[in-house]
Amino acid sequence: MMMTKEKLIEIKEKVKPDMIEKLLKEDRVEYRGADLVLKGEYFKKQVRIALKNCDIIEPTNIEEYIALDGYHALYKCLVEKQPVDVVEEITNSLLRGRGGAGFPTGRKWAEAHKYPADKKYIICNADEGDPGAFMDRSILEKDPHSVLEGMAIGGYAIGSDQGYIYVRAEYPMAVKRLQIAIAQAKEYGLLGDNIFGTGFNFDIEIRLGSGAFVCGEGTALMESIEGRRGMPRPKIHRTAHKGLWGRPTIINNVETLANIPVIIERGYEWFRGIGTEKSPGTKVFALVGKIENAGLVEVPMGMTLREIVFDIGGGAQNGKEFKAVQTGGPSGGCIPADLIDTPVDFESLGKIWSIMGSGGMVVMDEDTCMVDIAKFFLEFSVEESCGKCVPCREGTKRMHEILDRITKGEGVEGDIERLLELAETVSGTSLCGLGQTAPNPVITTIKYYRHEYEAHIRDKKCPAKSCKALIQYFITDSCIGCTRCAKACPVSCISGKVKERHVIDQDMCIKCGACYDACPVKPIKAVTIN
Amino acid sequence: MEFKFDQKKFSDEITSFKKMLIDKKDSPGPLMPALQQAQELFGYLPKEILGLISKELSIPLAEIYGVATFYSQFSFIPKGENRVSVCLGTACYVKGSQTLLEELEVQLNIKSGSTSLDQKFSLDSARCVGDCSIAPIVIVNDDVYAKVKKNEIAGILAKYK
Repeated sequence: MMMTKEKLIEIKEKVKPDMIEKLLKEDRVEYRGADLVLKGEYFKKQVRIALKNCDIIEPTNIEEYIALDGYHALYKCLVEKQPVDVVEEITNSLLRGRGGAGFPTGRKWAEAHKYPADKKYIICNADEGDPGAFMDRSILEKDPHSVLEGMAIGGYAIGSDQGYIYVRAEYPMAVKRLQIAIAQAKEYGLLGDNIFGTGFNFDIEIRLGSGAFVCGEGTALMESIEGRRGMPRPKIHRTAHKGLWGRPTIINNVETLANIPVIIERGYEWFRGIGTEKSPGTKVFALVGKIENAGLVEVPMGMTLREIVFDIGGGAQNGKEFKAVQTGGPSGGCIPADLIDTPVDFESLGKIWSIMGSGGMVVMDEDTCMVDIAKFFLEFSVEESCGKCVPCREGTKRMHEILDRITKGEGVEGDIERLLELAETVSGTSLCGLGQTAPNPVITTIKYYRHEYEAHIRDKKCPAKSCKALIQYFITDSCIGCTRCAKACPVSCISGKVKERHVIDQDMCIKCGACYDACPVKPIKAVTIN
Repeated sequence: MEFKFDQKKFSDEITSFKKMLIDKKDSPGPLMPALQQAQELFGYLPKEILGLISKELSIPLAEIYGVATFYSQFSFIPKGENRVSVCLGTACYVKGSQTLLEELEVQLNIKSGSTSLDQKFSLDSARCVGDCSIAPIVIVNDDVYAKVKKNEIAGILAKYK
């Protein structure tokens, strides 16, 4: 079927009233100005652009997307604007890539627009791999059409008729929703040949990742689509010049693309009115870890971490003390409690040695050992390093070995300096972003929590009481002799008579913590961790 | 230990797979979709199937092997009837998923990344599956178990025995 503006309006007028009535009846939404937003305390401080339709529309029904002005932006571009105008609109909006690095989207598009070629490609990077991040998955599952529309607009702007969505195989629901959305868009004439009768053709194919984190890196992603090992290319050419199969290619993140239709609809001035001067708009964060209200939040750039973690997130879980928040996954840094008033935008986070990243925000409390966290992220990088360049392949491994030693109580003087020296080499000489940023978790934890490293190395103590090798379980005299700990102990190293104080044989203890979990004494357990 | 590929049992799948290879041969970048399809159909990448891909797509076996070993989703041993995986993403990790994995290794008597000899269970750790608000998570086949505690592991496994 050929889609027209009249048909878009017809669908909107047919579907919207019932849809809104139903939503209002279910008491899930409310009006904020003319916009329909989700109801509840959690959403009050949020400004949702990329997530604007999530949990509001039925994602498997294209008509509900159209009812909330979906595909109107595509019409506007194709019929009323020249490709160069679209590029200019996005350039003027100062939209920056939401995948983490914050490169200006308009600059990418302008570059790809400028090179003539028989074929150009636009790729949606949906290989969301940072542990603790699920922004892109939510958008793909709950509002897939916003991504398709963003891609079609990008395709028109740069002169491409073929899009690829590279999505993780670990996201089966997102893949399914995308397949449905693409089929529906084709049926309604919003993808395929001669869209809106303008002669513009655009098709989208889904390509699945296969469990390699490095494929989120643009050039590795293209290698993977082409059917090779997902190893990054040396950056001789810009992707916008010579990308997929040597043709001009744009790679945009899911969230970036979801912003595009809204910017076209409402104009770049509106967009720049939100957020900060250099980082306009909003950012979606996945607030997870030891936080009271875990979930997705979308806030204007420039909001402070305190507002996000405490006002929206409700602070650390179970009344524990908030210790740090980690942004940017394995490429990012740990931000300590005393920097909680830092505004969240690309520049401010860079200044305190972290990065915006794709939007994972992992909250840590007093029980989290910062050396162990650094080790965890390094382990991730070691495993996901593709092995192409030496500094990343060998350097991350050596750093991990040192951290492993420290958490086992075998750290020696000079380890901190060695870590920092290795960090400098790895970040300075690695081929791609994975290696260049892999040392960040180590650098920031040393910078802000050096005393914890020193406690591990010099005193053989873990201040957070988390590193197994450095703690001891001990039963105090408040023990009531209930025998539950002895029954729970998997190695039977707790002895004691009923109604008498029990004792742990420290030589046999494997520090599993089962006794601690089993101890019923209140308010302070008789089993303590030293 | 050698797992044998039963070509007879999979003869229908092999026929349809062959057809798909011929269809895809001329489309750009056919190797990854072919490997993904094989993994999905047969549960792993048997040697015989890799040979078939090589022949149909005219790609040297060595090159295919290089690609297949790079991606963690491809396996050269069959998966168990029941696939158990534990998320070791940040949120799950800070909530103790490592202990859950260790407990599973003990109870199933296999190491993470392997399959029991009777092919009943296989155990793996997973990267973040994106359900961090209900961490820590254990996944068995398509069932997701949220906020799992160590003492619940035996009960979960019992459902699949």
